[in-house]
Amino acid sequence: MQTMRRKILGAMAALPMLGLLPGVASAQDKIILGEINSYTRLPAFTEPYKKGWELAVEQINAAGGVNGKMLEVISRDDTGDPATAIRIAEEMISKDGAVLLFGTFLSNIGLAVSDFAKQKEVLFIASEPLTDALVWSKGNKYTYRLRPSTHMQAAMLAEQAAKLGKKKWATVAPNYAYGKDAVKAFKSELTKLQPDVEFVAEQWPPVFKIDAGSTVRALESAKPDAIYNVTFGGDLAKFVREGSLRYLFEDRAVVSLLSGEPEYLDPLGKEAPEGWIVTGYPAAQIDTPEHKAFAEAYQAKWGEMPKTGSIVGYNSVLSIKAALEKAGSTDTDALLAAMEGLEVPTSPTGPFMFRAADHQSTMGAYVGKTTVADGTPAMTDWAYADGAKYLPSEEEAAKLRPAE
Amino acid sequence: MGFYLAQLLTGLANASSLFLIACGLSIIFGVTRIVNFAHGSFYMVGAYLAYSLVTWMDGGIFGFWLSLLVAALIVGVLGLIVEVTILRRIYHAPELFQLVATFGVVLIVQDAALAIWGAEDLLGPRAPGLARAVRILGEPIPEYDLALIVIGPLVLGAIWLLFHRTRWGILVRAATQDREMVDALGVNQRWLFSAVFVLGSALAGLGGALQIPREAVSLQMDLSVIGEAFVVVVIGGMGSVSGAFVAAVLISVLNAFAILIFPQISIVLPFVVMAVVLIVRPYGLFGRPGSEAGGAEEPEQPLRLMSRRGAMVLAAFVLILAASPAVTGDFTSILLVDVMVAMLFAVSLHFMMGIGGMVSFGHAAYFGVGAYAAAMGMKYLGLSMLPAMALGPVAAAGAALLFGWFCVRLSGVYLAMLTLAAAQILWGVTYQWGEVTGGDDGILGIWPAGWASGDKAYFYLAMVLCVGGMFLLRRMAHSPFGYGLRGVRDSAVRAEAIGMDVKLHQWMGFTVAGAFAGLAGVVFVFSKGSVFPDVLGISQSVDGLIMVLLGGIHALAGPILGAGVFILIEDWVTRLDYWRVIFGGIILVVVLVAPDGVAGGVDRLLRAVGIRRGDAT
Amino acid sequence: MSVLEVRDLSKSFGGVEAVADVSFDLGAGEFLALIGPNGAGKTTCFNMLNGYLRPDRGSVKLEGRELVGRRPRAIVRMGVGRTFQITRTFLSMTVRENVQMALISHHKRMFDFWSRAVRMYEGEADALLDLVSMRDQAARPCSELAYGDLKRLELAIALAHEPALLLMDEPTAGMAPSERVALMALTGEIVKSRGVSVLFTEHDMDVVFAHAHRILVLNRGRLIAEGSGAEIRENPLVQEVYLGGGTVFAAEGV
Repeated sequence: MQTMRRKILGAMAALPMLGLLPGVASAQDKIILGEINSYTRLPAFTEPYKKGWELAVEQINAAGGVNGKMLEVISRDDTGDPATAIRIAEEMISKDGAVLLFGTFLSNIGLAVSDFAKQKEVLFIASEPLTDALVWSKGNKYTYRLRPSTHMQAAMLAEQAAKLGKKKWATVAPNYAYGKDAVKAFKSELTKLQPDVEFVAEQWPPVFKIDAGSTVRALESAKPDAIYNVTFGGDLAKFVREGSLRYLFEDRAVVSLLSGEPEYLDPLGKEAPEGWIVTGYPAAQIDTPEHKAFAEAYQAKWGEMPKTGSIVGYNSVLSIKAALEKAGSTDTDALLAAMEGLEVPTSPTGPFMFRAADHQSTMGAYVGKTTVADGTPAMTDWAYADGAKYLPSEEEAAKLRPAE
Repeated sequence: MGFYLAQLLTGLANASSLFLIACGLSIIFGVTRIVNFAHGSFYMVGAYLAYSLVTWMDGGIFGFWLSLLVAALIVGVLGLIVEVTILRRIYHAPELFQLVATFGVVLIVQDAALAIWGAEDLLGPRAPGLARAVRILGEPIPEYDLALIVIGPLVLGAIWLLFHRTRWGILVRAATQDREMVDALGVNQRWLFSAVFVLGSALAGLGGALQIPREAVSLQMDLSVIGEAFVVVVIGGMGSVSGAFVAAVLISVLNAFAILIFPQISIVLPFVVMAVVLIVRPYGLFGRPGSEAGGAEEPEQPLRLMSRRGAMVLAAFVLILAASPAVTGDFTSILLVDVMVAMLFAVSLHFMMGIGGMVSFGHAAYFGVGAYAAAMGMKYLGLSMLPAMALGPVAAAGAALLFGWFCVRLSGVYLAMLTLAAAQILWGVTYQWGEVTGGDDGILGIWPAGWASGDKAYFYLAMVLCVGGMFLLRRMAHSPFGYGLRGVRDSAVRAEAIGMDVKLHQWMGFTVAGAFAGLAGVVFVFSKGSVFPDVLGISQSVDGLIMVLLGGIHALAGPILGAGVFILIEDWVTRLDYWRVIFGGIILVVVLVAPDGVAGGVDRLLRAVGIRRGDAT
Repeated sequence: MSVLEVRDLSKSFGGVEAVADVSFDLGAGEFLALIGPNGAGKTTCFNMLNGYLRPDRGSVKLEGRELVGRRPRAIVRMGVGRTFQITRTFLSMTVRENVQMALISHHKRMFDFWSRAVRMYEGEADALLDLVSMRDQAARPCSELAYGDLKRLELAIALAHEPALLLMDEPTAGMAPSERVALMALTGEIVKSRGVSVLFTEHDMDVVFAHAHRILVLNRGRLIAEGSGAEIRENPLVQEVYLGGGTVFAAEGV
């Protein structure tokens, strides 16, 4: 209730009329971070994320903050619209006194904010967007990305897929950049590992509007040996249901991007598919001390298990803390220098770093198989795949980026 | 053979789902003439309720189907509440104004559903007894698909019986064809409208409930279905239930086969089909002339030139605006750029919609073409900022010239839906054609030239373009061309009789509106630095529509006020949790307090306190 | 020379002849009535003259120039004005603006994007409104006018194009008897003063016999009689058509 009241008061202060006043310089004893995400558009994925970073901020401040200052996050909903995200980013930089920006989930919003960061010369740590363009073809000096990218996760799956020795593959992916990137990366990585592979069909349902029956039938008609799936969320549920009803998955291997993430796996309940090879996050089973401490604190605070978003949100703030400490100031040039090759030595998922050449973090993902235990879906036979292994070398990656 | 049969059955099952959503929408439009955006929300709520009831009851076959019916009934009651508390009060507002209220309902329902059912998708159980697939000619067909294939026509039959065998149904049909006639028969119109709204809502709820065994219930259900539902209604002919059925079958079966050949087609297929149907049959497959028009409404008051005092007040506003960067922070200038862009966009939409009487559900197309043309001019032609800016409105005018030629041959809601189809097809092309348009990764790095790159410098550039654009549109509204557009809107027959070329005039009006929307898009793209296909999307178009209607369609100042209010409230309210409830609530309050829009409300207020005398601006 | 020459005008709908071989002339300054029972083909005939329907056969010449095949608006521009059975005006404009619009169109200024429409042709518009005694209502919104005033306004609008011929479809429909007489008297004066020819259809025989110089009678698509009021009244064929030979006209004794 208290926080609600604070929010309302905060919002009152930001009333358009009062907004006419010049921005007030921020207080000396805190560091303001600007955070933007699609909270109303995609609450299923952004709520756990928010809980993750809130936990991290709370823990850091309880331990005395960073460089003797408290962290304060100004968090805003971009409503799923890149233009709104830019307006919010402007406000955070020019009025709220944010020293850097982080967050975003949708790839186009990530790209828009990244371009804004470049123009306004401010550091942006893209937490969740997966698009490869963010660090490669449209990478820039001011943008870093935390989460393992489409390419990395597809490469992790391609590695497992190659071991299956299946020849004829079909792909199904939502019809937008993420789906296209994911299919392209998987095809090229798998072909490298298994040159005789053949892709016999591809389906491109519109995102969140899959006509699952027809799509399943179209895939089935190509008689593939194995299927690579990129659909997620509601599309995944429909696809799984129609596919199992129509025996699409009988005697066929399926590898599926992100489907092991609790955000996507949990809603499937007892209908979750058995034995799909997926990338994901088996939160309840990871027993490194760092992760156990994180999971316990998270459960204590929020009363539920962390999800992928939680870990991304948490690690975002850990990364920011590391950068601020290394830079020793909140000056953008110092922060940029600190971000190059920044090491985050301990995190719930283990150590990772931000590569200087392409600004991609080496945070990895968990690769395993889906199963249903006691009516709830879970991952099994999983292992942590270190992101560094699935990235091109820094020299190659640097070539993928535009000249600055 | 078996394969094609199976694909056909899959298409037919989808058709039944689609029909169930669309038929309620069609019935509601047919009688009340309300373009009900909240229909998708009722559909979503139906699905959520059914999920809760089915999992709570867990009562086998009987419990399952009972849950579905109860869910539909509850949604019907919800519809009744919406109709009685909100819509009933605004039936006499200008055409389409009710759409704003239903938009408010959409926002409120979205947050209510999030609060009640949570963010995570909910996968309900399969239908008991129909949980498997049967083999037909060797192909597996889900039993539930077969059930749907039966349920669709059953509902169609039930509606047919209701409409042809009951007194109530006959009245509904009569009202669909001629509302005045029902008035004349002495029927209690209020009761008839309420009942129709309940029926339509309950059908939407049933449509949602029946989806439980097929898909996870999610918060995206409402918006994902509403566009296609409208398409089906329009293809079938507004108000025609059997038309909706045929249209649903047409789209679903086409889609089932088209994705075999061209997997990317789904994204635009319904809109392409709709465009083709409307070009060939201007009232849809089974619609009748007259089914496109809204109810009778009060004629608009004549335009007045601005009084000296009005001009002075306006000049003062512009001066304050021009002086604002000196006293406010950078962010205020940035926010004001957004406000001015929205205003110019809304004024350009009002030019064709208010002045020209051509409602557009796809005005974002021209905004987006302007933005993309400028971005591509910079990126591919290496243009500097000003030439790129000039390219935007020209390209937008070109697009409007092309699409307008088809659109002005239609009228009313059919015209509006064809503009939507045009926008969606453009959106689809932009989205798909990654090599040229950047696809959904958009085009980045479209920032102003050095001299205009400061927040304040760009503010002044934006102000010159937007205020200039609004001035030109206002001037045109008072010119013979603008009067001609209003004349055509008032009476095309009269316009023809004084020797006007009605279609040419509308076509040019469409093009002018498109060009200025393109100008707004140009100012937009350089203020954001990047452009994505969203700028061509439905929500951009709907925002413009809401601004115009909320502001008051019968006043030249309406869109300006509407856009200002919309952007400022949105910017403020999105800082709050559950802001959609608040935003939706504000919209409903405005709608109920000022059924003639903000402009009308302000006008009445000024009169009431005696500031303004009898003359309207 | 006649202003309008109609020759062999014919139109069928689905095999039914709505108008068949209608020929007549209309002289300069003449006030010609076209009458006939419901369904006789009057409206079809009118719509062929003003371009809304294309005849199957025949020709319509205005001052020697062929009208058949031209669009309605082209026919307007060639000098055929019209009024409507149910008035059609621009309801969101004032009375004066309605006339100004007609003048703007007549002067081909419709695609002027800059001038202020309300300032254009004000004097000419007022002169036309004077002619129909509507000057005092010039600033009123059209939506507030009484029906009879709308009819007079339509007349002023039609005259803005300086037509050689005025087509009036049921000009007095829906009006009180006293108004009818006034409107037709006004029309008669204008015809005289401006040298405009008028062709009108009418149900009210009082109006027809009081004002028409000449009368055409149409029945089942064919012209069955033509002549002065007296001649028409005496015509047995016409009496036959109207009330099966009853003395419909005599009783009204004009």
